[in-house]
Amino acid sequence: MDTFAALAHGMAVAVQPMNLLYALIGVFLGTAVGVLPGIGPALTVALLLPVTYKLDPGGSLIMFAGIYYGGMYGGSTTAILINTPGESASMATALEGNKMAKAGRGGPALATSAIGSFVAGTIATIGLAFLAPWLVDFAVRFGPEDYFALMCVAFVTVSATFGDSPIRGLTSLFIGLTLGLVGIDKLTGQARLAFGVPELLDGVEVTTLAVGLFAVGEALYVASRRHHTEEKLEPVRGSLWMTKEDWKRSWKPWLRGTMFGFPIGALPAGGAEIPTFLSYSTEKRLTKHPEEFGKGAIEGVAGPEAANNASAAGTLVPLLTLGLPTSATAAMMLAGFQQYGLNPGPLLFAERPDLVWGLIASLFIANMMLLVLNLPLVGLWVRLLAIPQPWLYAGILVFATMGTIAAKPSVVELSMLAGFGVLGFLMRRFDFPIAPVVVGLILGPIAESQLRRALAISLGDPMTLLQSPISATLLAVALIALLAPFVLKGLGRFKANED
Amino acid sequence: MSSGDPAQHQRRVDRAGIVIAALLAALAAVLVWDARGLSSGAMYGMGPEAMPVVIACGLALLAIGNFIDALRGNLPARESTDPVPVVLILIGLALLIGIIGFGGGFILATSALFVTTSAAFGRRAILVDSIIALVMSTLIYLAFDRLLTLSLPAGPLERLL
Repeated sequence: MDTFAALAHGMAVAVQPMNLLYALIGVFLGTAVGVLPGIGPALTVALLLPVTYKLDPGGSLIMFAGIYYGGMYGGSTTAILINTPGESASMATALEGNKMAKAGRGGPALATSAIGSFVAGTIATIGLAFLAPWLVDFAVRFGPEDYFALMCVAFVTVSATFGDSPIRGLTSLFIGLTLGLVGIDKLTGQARLAFGVPELLDGVEVTTLAVGLFAVGEALYVASRRHHTEEKLEPVRGSLWMTKEDWKRSWKPWLRGTMFGFPIGALPAGGAEIPTFLSYSTEKRLTKHPEEFGKGAIEGVAGPEAANNASAAGTLVPLLTLGLPTSATAAMMLAGFQQYGLNPGPLLFAERPDLVWGLIASLFIANMMLLVLNLPLVGLWVRLLAIPQPWLYAGILVFATMGTIAAKPSVVELSMLAGFGVLGFLMRRFDFPIAPVVVGLILGPIAESQLRRALAISLGDPMTLLQSPISATLLAVALIALLAPFVLKGLGRFKANED
Repeated sequence: MSSGDPAQHQRRVDRAGIVIAALLAALAAVLVWDARGLSSGAMYGMGPEAMPVVIACGLALLAIGNFIDALRGNLPARESTDPVPVVLILIGLALLIGIIGFGGGFILATSALFVTTSAAFGRRAILVDSIIALVMSTLIYLAFDRLLTLSLPAGPLERLL
């Protein structure tokens, strides 16, 4: 019953006219930026962070909820209409959705993805609302050693378990951990890896890293291989509305996609790729129209899109209750919290319930707004997609650097942005995953301080990590997840065959 | 790098992979070198120098792992790249940093970046792009300065507004 009361309170916060306006602006901006090709939800949030600098925390988090869902919606529009998924979670959508658009059924593809996202987002947000208080009850009992162990699990699952190569994933993670060391050590006040540069004493800014890796890196990468690809925008022809047949074929995939997406997103396992591909292969197996798969089957859009959105809401569970970001987008959301000095976790639920529950309620509202706004506005988004590539990427770079210039207009900070851009370009070229770098930068310092706190309490005895049952279990899980891909090399080969 | 190399798909030593492994090893060395200058403040438990050393060990192991991958030629196949646009964008970023650093202001700096990036993506209409860039960045400057009251760096052009 507590959940209902808290949620009702959150709704009361979220429906204040000013907050509704923030949600609307967030949804609109999020979709507008997310729809640009090559820009995924993580970058959308990173690029739009400066817009919220001057707002109060409540309003800006509500705007974030809108940006988050809007960015996801924009990404699937791009995947359907030009077959350039901004992130790997939209790949399944691009597979079938783009074929549907080519066959003149772009309207129903967009509709099933929008309605499916709404259904999945709503169910998953209800799941979040009920799961969160329960997890918070559990998490208040966590000691520092348990938090440290939990972060080890997140490190391993984000970088090693689900990538193509655990070595490359871990390399990315350790680059992030190294960047996390830069700056003044909070416990002793000594500078690490600052090399006498005063700007480095504050540490590496998460937004600088994310915007450099994602936006500048992506622009450099696309520019370097411009001669390879020719993008083609599919016009939306015919009716936007789904026929009775489309509805009949869509509703079960929506629900099944949600069932895949939410639990996998809620586990600290990172990434929406797994649930979307699980959903895609399930729909392919269960469909009555197997001949349409690969040629534009509506189930292949409905299921993965629902799974994608449900898992996005699922990643908010560990983010809000434990302060644990398990995807690049969640990491950017955490950066948004941190710019107000807020640390998500069990304490935030106790200290600022209005904030947390207002945010959860805003997720419902943002979802609703997307459904009502975006289908009628699809013509506008299509026009955004038609911006010529030179202007598009020039504009993206201007916006990307603008965020840094507005926050810290120093030569050092801008050089770091450019340096991270080159790093992002090289990582893309040599196929290193990007998200573990961002997660490493954010979680590394937190994990270190938890470990040092745990060891200070135990008077330096490292056995404290194994004496707590929670910590021992989590460390065992982390170890298994770390070793599994090396042991089960055959699994990797199996995965490669299925693609 | 190895563009148009017919032997690319054969398993052979990947030179870029060796460079990556060497860079990781160098990074590990920098971490240890930096950590040596730190004094352990804590009576019990870990001092500030412990974590850098742990991460350096991880990096060293990963350098070995990447080295083995490179020797076996296990890196994924790479497509050929065109270095010219990359260099153009980097020149644009350098111009941006230089103009901001010497007080040229937001509008000139971002316009320079816009024009070079647009050229990198194949546009050759530099005059038209310059006008678009100047108008756009002026509008952004005004929006930020007047509406959001965020101060962006001002130069000669900004002072005219």
